[in-house]
Amino acid sequence: MRLHTTTALTTLALGFNLAAPAMADIRIGATLSETGPAAFLGDPEAKTLKLLVDEINAAGGVNGEKIELIVYDDGGDPNKARTFATRLVEDDEVVAVIGGTTTGTSMAVLQVFEDAEIPFISLAGAIEIIDPVRPFTFKTPHTDRMACAKIFEDMKARGLTKIGMISGSDGFGASMHKQCLQIVGDYGIEVIADETYGPSDADMTPQLTNIKGREGVQAVLNAGFGQGPAIVTRNYQQLAVGLPLYQSHGVASDGFIELAGAPAAEGIRLPGTALLVAKLLPENDPQRPVVTAYKASYEAATGKPVSTFGGYAHDALRILVDAINRAGKAEPQAIRDAIEATSGLVGTTGVVTMSEEDHLGLDLSAFRMLEIKDGGWKLVE
Amino acid sequence: MPELMQFILSGVTVGAVYALVALGFTIIYNASDVVNFAQGEFVMLGGMFTVFSFEAGIPLPLAAAIAILATAAIGVALNKLAIEPARGAPVVSLIIITIGASILIRGLTQIAFDKQLHRFPAFSGDTPIQIMGATVLPQSVWVIAGALAVFVGLWLFFTRTLTGRAVLATANNRIAAQLVGINTRYVMTLSFALSAAIGALAGVLVTPITLTGYDIGIALALKGFAAAMLGGMGNPKGALVGGLLLGVIEALTAGYLSSQYKDAAAFVIILAVLFAMPQGLFGRQATDRV
Repeated sequence: MRLHTTTALTTLALGFNLAAPAMADIRIGATLSETGPAAFLGDPEAKTLKLLVDEINAAGGVNGEKIELIVYDDGGDPNKARTFATRLVEDDEVVAVIGGTTTGTSMAVLQVFEDAEIPFISLAGAIEIIDPVRPFTFKTPHTDRMACAKIFEDMKARGLTKIGMISGSDGFGASMHKQCLQIVGDYGIEVIADETYGPSDADMTPQLTNIKGREGVQAVLNAGFGQGPAIVTRNYQQLAVGLPLYQSHGVASDGFIELAGAPAAEGIRLPGTALLVAKLLPENDPQRPVVTAYKASYEAATGKPVSTFGGYAHDALRILVDAINRAGKAEPQAIRDAIEATSGLVGTTGVVTMSEEDHLGLDLSAFRMLEIKDGGWKLVE
Repeated sequence: MPELMQFILSGVTVGAVYALVALGFTIIYNASDVVNFAQGEFVMLGGMFTVFSFEAGIPLPLAAAIAILATAAIGVALNKLAIEPARGAPVVSLIIITIGASILIRGLTQIAFDKQLHRFPAFSGDTPIQIMGATVLPQSVWVIAGALAVFVGLWLFFTRTLTGRAVLATANNRIAAQLVGINTRYVMTLSFALSAAIGALAGVLVTPITLTGYDIGIALALKGFAAAMLGGMGNPKGALVGGLLLGVIEALTAGYLSSQYKDAAAFVIILAVLFAMPQGLFGRQATDRV
């Protein structure tokens, strides 16, 4: 179905090209999880890419050439993603690829692009994608290790040194749990209670009862996304735990406040991106114009609120277009070199400055510490 | 002591959800020996229809009623379009059809609604109720009461009404049931409608606690099926006890042992029970009268 649509659209695009004066296209590929368990990530990503490519083409393209976007839906399945990756390289002959919505699909495809020497910008979270650095692999979302660091910085500033952790047993929760435990010692903080929950569990009161009962706990950190954190938040209020509660960047969306309910979510702190608090940013914030522009055009085109995940795709395309502009030609090797030289590029996630050793290019300032107040967001400074 | 009370209360709440799903399994199993793996999707549909009718401005009780009726209609459609045309096929084939139907329903829901999680407000507020140092949400009381009410209703239906007995007779021997004048096609349609309606009711009751989304049905069907097996497939009493037991075992394991082993412990106990009593705790003994 998807395939037919893509073929039809490609044919259509080719038809238009024949009519227009001969002009080479810049072919950019993408493999995203538009359906399947990661659909709520992949769906806004695909919509964002299509929207931005249309905007860029309408404005005359890059270096006078139009972008042709080829999107495949891998359904979150690493095997399918790998097949599409090979197809993008061999049949579609793309010059660069955006994608890999999840860590699983990104890890499955990156070797294909490394072997073909085509630049690849992943939209997934795990640090493994860019550590160790591979020549052709980049990524836009900050890592969970950075989220942990941001949270621990805030805890340290508030004098909270003994905490309880509750983590989802899914990939996201397990990975963030691991990263947090690795760096928690650097901040003089100790995890004295450690619990988990299944991603589809309906009740976390037993785990929270145990954390509440542990002597000396001063705050609780929940690493997880999806329905789990919303239920944890509601159970937390039900049990009247009464300690500061931190959530991960995995729930940084307005939908979370709605799911957890404003009274239960009151006072929760979490690291989020500038995109989420576009209106609250100071006038002189470098990210303000970028995030407001993206938010306005996405919401006008889709009628849905922007999400952090769509922002990752936005940044990936911006990095790519910026690199092609600077390289002056759309050839994989030249694009790769230009991406690595990206400097001071303002995206929705942060200000990107890459180097030979850093294929992510973000620092902790990319995260804003947010607090939920009166059912909305507030910047913590 | 308050900890134990808290563990048991949260176990009973979750267990009541499992019991409601297991009760839904019971009816279709009783009518056709088929385990309907689309039962979890009925729960999801109940929640989703309510959410979207409620957000469209329809009052909650009416939205719930619409959801239950719409889901019952989908249950009937499932029977008419997928199960009835395959009549005469082995039970295993019918079960595979229900798995296919569950995947189809999940896909259609993604397209018709969306892929996000949703929730609507609890029926009687969110102020926790204190019981012996433990707390429980008012919505949990609704869920537990709902499970009990459905159980009593089903028990009366199967033992006290002619239609209920006709369902049991159809399950026992379709041809014999037809010979004594039972309209077995009607019985099947009724079973699917009733089972879908119970699933939807479960969805309506639990959504304020567990949230709903297009893919919540799989996990619920698995746990509900485990509960039904534990209690004894086809027996309403078994479904109720199996569900509550499963919920409490999970909560106690998470509370006293480790939350990592919660699911494993529940399944180990189910396996142990099935080794000792293959029919489950309250299952009927399969006997053939010659």
